[in-house]
Amino acid sequence: MLTKIFSFTRAMHSNPFSWQTFFRYNFDVQLVDGTDASIRRFLKELPGVDQVGAEARAAMLATRSIKTASKKWAIDCAISMIDLTTLEGSDTDGKVRALCTKAVHPDPTDPSVPSVGAICVYNDKVATARKHLDSIGGQAIPVAAVSTAFPSGRASLEVKKQDTLDALNNGATEIDMVIDRGAFLSGDLVKVFTEIVYIKELCGDRAHLKVILETGELVTLDNVRKASHLAMAAGADFIKTSTGKISPAATAPVVLVMLEAVRDWYAMTGIRIGVKPAGGIRTTKDAIKQLVLVRETAGEEWLTPKLFRIGASALLNDLLMQRMKLRNGNYAGPNYVTLD
Amino acid sequence: MTFEYSPAPESTAIVDISAQYGLFINGKFVAAKGSKTFNTINPATEKVLAKIAYAHASDVDKAVISARNAYSKVWSKMAPQERGKYLFRIARIMQERAREFAVLETIDNGKPIRETRDIDVPLAAAHFFYHAGWADKLKYAGAGDNPRPHGVVGQIIPWNFPLLMLAWKVAPALATGNTVVLKPAETTPLTALLFAEVCQQAGLPAGVVNIVTGDGATGSALVNHPDVDKIAFTGSTGVGKGIARAIAGTGKSATLELGGKGANIVFDDSPIDQTVEGIVNGIFFNQGHVCCAGSRLLVQENVHDELIEKLKRRISQIRVGDPLDKNTDLGAINSAAQLARIKEISSSGDSEGAHRWSPECNLPEKGFWYPPTIFTGVTQANRIAQEEIFGPVLSVLTFRTPQEAIDKANNTPYGLSAGIWTEKGSRILWAAKQLKAGVIWANTFNKFDPASPFGGYKESGWGREGGRHGLSAYLKGGEK
Amino acid sequence: MRIDIRKTYKLYIGGAFPRSESGRTYEIKDAKSNFIANPAQASRKDLRDAVTAARGALGGWNGATAFNRSQILYRIAEMMEARSEEFVEEIALLEGVSKVAAKKQVEQAIDAWVWYSGWCDKISTVAGSTNPISGPFYNFTVPESVGVVGIFPAHKSALLGLVQAIAPVIAGGNTAVVVASQKFPLCAVTLSEVMATSDLPGGVVNILTGITSELAPWMGSHMDVDAIDATGLSKELEKEVRVTGADNLKRIHKFSTSDTPQRILAFMEYKTVWHPIGI
Repeated sequence: MLTKIFSFTRAMHSNPFSWQTFFRYNFDVQLVDGTDASIRRFLKELPGVDQVGAEARAAMLATRSIKTASKKWAIDCAISMIDLTTLEGSDTDGKVRALCTKAVHPDPTDPSVPSVGAICVYNDKVATARKHLDSIGGQAIPVAAVSTAFPSGRASLEVKKQDTLDALNNGATEIDMVIDRGAFLSGDLVKVFTEIVYIKELCGDRAHLKVILETGELVTLDNVRKASHLAMAAGADFIKTSTGKISPAATAPVVLVMLEAVRDWYAMTGIRIGVKPAGGIRTTKDAIKQLVLVRETAGEEWLTPKLFRIGASALLNDLLMQRMKLRNGNYAGPNYVTLD
Repeated sequence: MTFEYSPAPESTAIVDISAQYGLFINGKFVAAKGSKTFNTINPATEKVLAKIAYAHASDVDKAVISARNAYSKVWSKMAPQERGKYLFRIARIMQERAREFAVLETIDNGKPIRETRDIDVPLAAAHFFYHAGWADKLKYAGAGDNPRPHGVVGQIIPWNFPLLMLAWKVAPALATGNTVVLKPAETTPLTALLFAEVCQQAGLPAGVVNIVTGDGATGSALVNHPDVDKIAFTGSTGVGKGIARAIAGTGKSATLELGGKGANIVFDDSPIDQTVEGIVNGIFFNQGHVCCAGSRLLVQENVHDELIEKLKRRISQIRVGDPLDKNTDLGAINSAAQLARIKEISSSGDSEGAHRWSPECNLPEKGFWYPPTIFTGVTQANRIAQEEIFGPVLSVLTFRTPQEAIDKANNTPYGLSAGIWTEKGSRILWAAKQLKAGVIWANTFNKFDPASPFGGYKESGWGREGGRHGLSAYLKGGEK
Repeated sequence: MRIDIRKTYKLYIGGAFPRSESGRTYEIKDAKSNFIANPAQASRKDLRDAVTAARGALGGWNGATAFNRSQILYRIAEMMEARSEEFVEEIALLEGVSKVAAKKQVEQAIDAWVWYSGWCDKISTVAGSTNPISGPFYNFTVPESVGVVGIFPAHKSALLGLVQAIAPVIAGGNTAVVVASQKFPLCAVTLSEVMATSDLPGGVVNILTGITSELAPWMGSHMDVDAIDATGLSKELEKEVRVTGADNLKRIHKFSTSDTPQRILAFMEYKTVWHPIGI
């Protein structure tokens, strides 16, 4: 029953559609039809999350000891999953170009280092990033734009749509939208849901949609699970923890719950949704813990940049230093990796 | 390539195992009367670790005399606060040597280093620290205005948590002013013998703690020794009943921590992912060698299939193998005898029509191993629903209404532990009240703490260990 | 001269007053060897029936609120007070003590009910605890009734010993099967008549009269008896009961003191409950 309903909803999102068709399809199945009642009913059916139990599981997985060959694999895997990010008021074209250069060849002394997963910038820097990447052999690296009045999400729907359109028109192929946390917390789930649906519609076939839950503002793990499912039901291709502007961000229990959500969604619908922790992941150790979480929660299938990304900036250099240590046996220093 | 974890073995360089061990009597390691020894082996490799002296009745007698002397001449005369300081010292030395204890326990017992490192050893040290503080506060322990120690306590501990059970026994006994003759389990004596060294380092007066190694006959000599005032035993219900008979009419008191067949009840509104973790922790923690294991899973029928699917998926993640590998979740079965017992009872599950499932896992060739196993379609009438398996084997039953769950949970001669999984607070309290078990974990399982009393109803034993209630078992005029 | 009406001393099982199913009685004489009564001589089957009645009454009794149990124990004191003359007569007659001494014993027994009545809703507070766990868990310990308790009350001062044994057992929410003093059973039967008129649900207390050495081994080996107060047993019988009682690990206690909360707690089990603390 559930599977059928979800695949309906998903089918809707993968095709261009209008609100009329959306309601018509979903009216028949009477579940997530965009109405408040249907969304509430759907989210209410989700099992609760016991915070202490979730934290204990995350803490236990953090004790996994990743050594030698598996560590080497994990470091390269993590590099390829990084959404190399700059989201500052002080961002300039020069800064963005530097970041793009690093994205293509993270370690100029070692061509075996993989490129990162994507570049992540504000929408006014998308064109610069795209152009520079294309000019240095980084055509395969997507440019992601944060959108919908990032990071607060406090703007009208029209502005959010325009924000997204700008990014798309400038060449973004990934949209990192924020949800309206105020709406979520006040119970206006329809607003959260429909905003995602609208942005997804704009993305169409042009871009992947990552939906940022800003879990630090949702606070409880129950909310994280609900928001994850809400985002997936509304059409997210990825669910993302945080903007990086709020602390706490991508804590292990939050990522655990989101990985459980995509695992469960796959079991219901046969569709794999990606997960992107962002914020606070600075060291190789942190990154490897994330990969362990993925492996033992969602499963090996998620260990690909297509389904798991890490939003970070400083992390990359730490991964590179650890990589050097594995390669030549000496501990590296910050002057042997590049500043951006 | 996939993300396979490379071996991450804990180094064994930190432990120094002697070829042979004597008995620890009156503060010194001494030879046993006879030349008889027995081997302790590493159950993960079947390699002999050391030869252990076998204590005959006459050796037990020496140990009791040593304990009696220490009691009457030193320990009972010492100011309680000073007594407590020795316990604090012991706690600190155990923390200092924690890694050594953890590695040694893993080698001797077969349990994963992750558990000895994160649970057994820290908890054991915590038990000493907790009880140390009680030593000079006994009049507030609820045992009347004039609490007095029993005298010499004979303590017999099992192989499943060798050091932790030692701590559960020795710490409260010493804090309350008793002296101790302890018999560790035959297959796991090494951490107790290392603990003897800790007693020496702490400067504990000679004879306050004595350790005699041996088998059931050694334990029996201790139980029947006329100068032992109290028995504390953790082990099987069968042996516990034997002790109860042996001390009948002698005036000796006893605390018994015996078997269990814990029901872990899952309602349809449980936090399912944590429930799955709790079920796994409930039955696969310590290879299921846990008297309070949640070995009977009672699932509300309307969520049975979903839960079992998730459970199987999770069990498939369990890493079975080298106990010294830091990523191992399920280690070796403690002995060939225990493995045989697990196999025997489990095979009754097959023949009685339950459905066995285990994930694919490559078990090492040497050593004693059993894969994580669940049986679905089990009924109360199956042996695997009634008998304690003491291994990584879960029996899954279903229920339809809350009352049915309680009735099935209580339908056992045991009464040690039970689990409740539901998001509904009032139902938790209702179920907790109905369940006939000494320890009830709601939305968690297999948690232990020095401040929390532990022990069973019915045939799961007499008395409590831990907390104020456990303490009073070591005091005359105590509540129990 | 009017011929007085004598009382038939019967068993008290499940709130009813049956004769022994065996049809047996035994003769009770006073201190001067005069015939007093032929109370029932309970059989092992009567004991079995009494255990069944006690088990049946357990859920209702320990499920009742502590305040409710407290009021019922107090009611027993009220009813005893009203019939105290009868108890005084029986004690004076049987134990050969002065009426003054007998009266004192009856008063003490009544006061014991009042004392234990007050404990019903306080024992958990005094003996329970919340325990500070090193982690995010709420953890509390409460005493609960152990179940069906077999009672062999002290023989000396038969009424007082009886009340001091029964009151703590039922104050803790247990139900009881009492084997009355073989020599001085009359007060026990009269007490059962008091209980029957005290709002005490049938089966909570069951009282058998008879031969202690005949009944004790059956009590010891009965697998549905959870605990025994062996205060009134000889050393030999106590040992026998302890040996057979080991079959289901009965909690067996012998008391030298009375009127202490320990007598309640001896027949209670500590239950510890854990729950995570999270949002």
